[in-house]
Amino acid sequence: MPTSVEDLINPGVDDVIADSKLHGTIDPAQDQTMILNMGPQHPSTHGVLRVVLEVDGESVIALAPDIGYLHTGIEKTCEAKFYQQVVPLTDRIDYLCPMTNNLTYCLAVEKLLQLEIPERAQYLRVLLNELTRLNSHLVWLGTHAMDIGALTVFLYCFREREEILRIFEMVAGQRMMTSYFRIGGLSMEPPIDFYDRVRNFLKIMPEKIAQYENLLTGNPIWMGRLKNVGHLSAADAIALGVTGPPLRASGVDWDLRRDMPYSGYEKFKFDVPVSQVGDVWARYEVRMKEMYESVKIATQALEGLPEGRITAVAPKIILPDREQMKTQMESLIHHFKIVTEGFAVPAGQVYQGVESPRGEMGYYVVSDGTAKPFRVHMRNPSFATLQALETMCKGRLLADVVAVIGSIDIVLGEIDR
Amino acid sequence: MPVTTLEKAEVLEQMAANPAVAALSSLLTDARFALNELTITVPKEKIVAAVKAVQAAGYNFMEDVTCVDWYPSEPRFHVTYHILSHSLKERIRLIAPVGSEDLSIDSITDVWPAANFYEREVFDLFGVHFGGHPNLRRIMMPDDWQGHPLRKDYPVEGYR
Repeated sequence: MPTSVEDLINPGVDDVIADSKLHGTIDPAQDQTMILNMGPQHPSTHGVLRVVLEVDGESVIALAPDIGYLHTGIEKTCEAKFYQQVVPLTDRIDYLCPMTNNLTYCLAVEKLLQLEIPERAQYLRVLLNELTRLNSHLVWLGTHAMDIGALTVFLYCFREREEILRIFEMVAGQRMMTSYFRIGGLSMEPPIDFYDRVRNFLKIMPEKIAQYENLLTGNPIWMGRLKNVGHLSAADAIALGVTGPPLRASGVDWDLRRDMPYSGYEKFKFDVPVSQVGDVWARYEVRMKEMYESVKIATQALEGLPEGRITAVAPKIILPDREQMKTQMESLIHHFKIVTEGFAVPAGQVYQGVESPRGEMGYYVVSDGTAKPFRVHMRNPSFATLQALETMCKGRLLADVVAVIGSIDIVLGEIDR
Repeated sequence: MPVTTLEKAEVLEQMAANPAVAALSSLLTDARFALNELTITVPKEKIVAAVKAVQAAGYNFMEDVTCVDWYPSEPRFHVTYHILSHSLKERIRLIAPVGSEDLSIDSITDVWPAANFYEREVFDLFGVHFGGHPNLRRIMMPDDWQGHPLRKDYPVEGYR
């Protein structure tokens, strides 16, 4: 056990392997093994994940993920910004589900401020979050299939994803880093043709998901690569902190949208797909079914969208209307104060958990009563799920590692922050 | 949204039936219920006993380990654990204060292996040592990095 920081400088591959031996993951009798480095520049690691593998022939004996290549210190940056300035930073954490990040952060700060969000804003948030889930799952499906060798699916998935990104561009002016949600509501009313566009998209989407399934589900290569690969038991999944689709694929029926509802999710009817198998195939099935459920929730949110405001009534927290700001003295003062001084948030601490496409996304926000957050910590689903990689890959073939990494759907931006 | 804030004595009195309060009543030094969230402070020497007690009480899922640096006040570091119960649909927050004279706390990786990466992260970014951790090395920063970036006395733009 190292006693000081200096002892820990420059551990090499040997240390990583020695560490695996300490865990009892390497059989000392076998010395005919080879150390293999995978990544950080590897197309199947979905970013800059580095994995150090010990292989015996083609079997994986030990595996150690090495992360931190995308570390940008977002948590530290948050401490130097006003509360409202943190919203654009949250997009950059998980670049495949920006709206989910926005929502989690806004919900956490709204809880501290005790703000009541109007129903219309809640419904729009749910609608956009489910579109984000579809967006993220489409990227997952496309890249996962591409890793396995089915290149066609990628093109179809990105065709539909493009439509979602155009919808995001309509509401936020940005395709990926949307920053559309604000503390206290939404930044602006969506344009009039938004509703028809979303309605048309939701109408064709189930058919498209069926198309992807048609391409993959019966495909013998796809089945051979996915079935009985990367098993994870329910007990291991819970012990290792796995959340989201991989947890449900291992037989744990847990979804924060249903079990600890937020942002009005208790008003929507949907099923939570669960599988008892726990292999890569089960994760594929769970995510495909989740896409149908997302379409269902988004349709309910769109059809049941109530009239009303899109922001809470809190002039000292939410920027005023542009028109009001230019005509009313008070609004101008509020605008000036919010932009220059921010707004003070009562001292306290909250943890807000949200079911992101990858699992439980949690924001822990600590306030000391000033206009800047004292501490913002993100609990990211991929970070915990990555710990289960070794359990899923050990004793399997090297090629299965690629299938397993694809099935846990990691985004390195949120792992490294 | 009803706003009820309960301090230690009120939590012990009014929430005695809560499984976490019941399990930790002999270990806790402070308790607070605010914004619908229960926060329990335990001494750092007893953190492993505390997480074992809440695990036995039905809190089966370790969500998060992190730390808050309250520099310059002491005890400076509050190591924070968020633990969820799938059956109770409830979450608790455990806080173990760590003073700067002895920056160490026991690791909970034996109870929940999920804490492995999280404790490495706290070690890397705050410099709190976790005794009994199987692989306590830097995880985010380069291995030869000097200092711990999330400490409050570490400048936002780094040392130049």
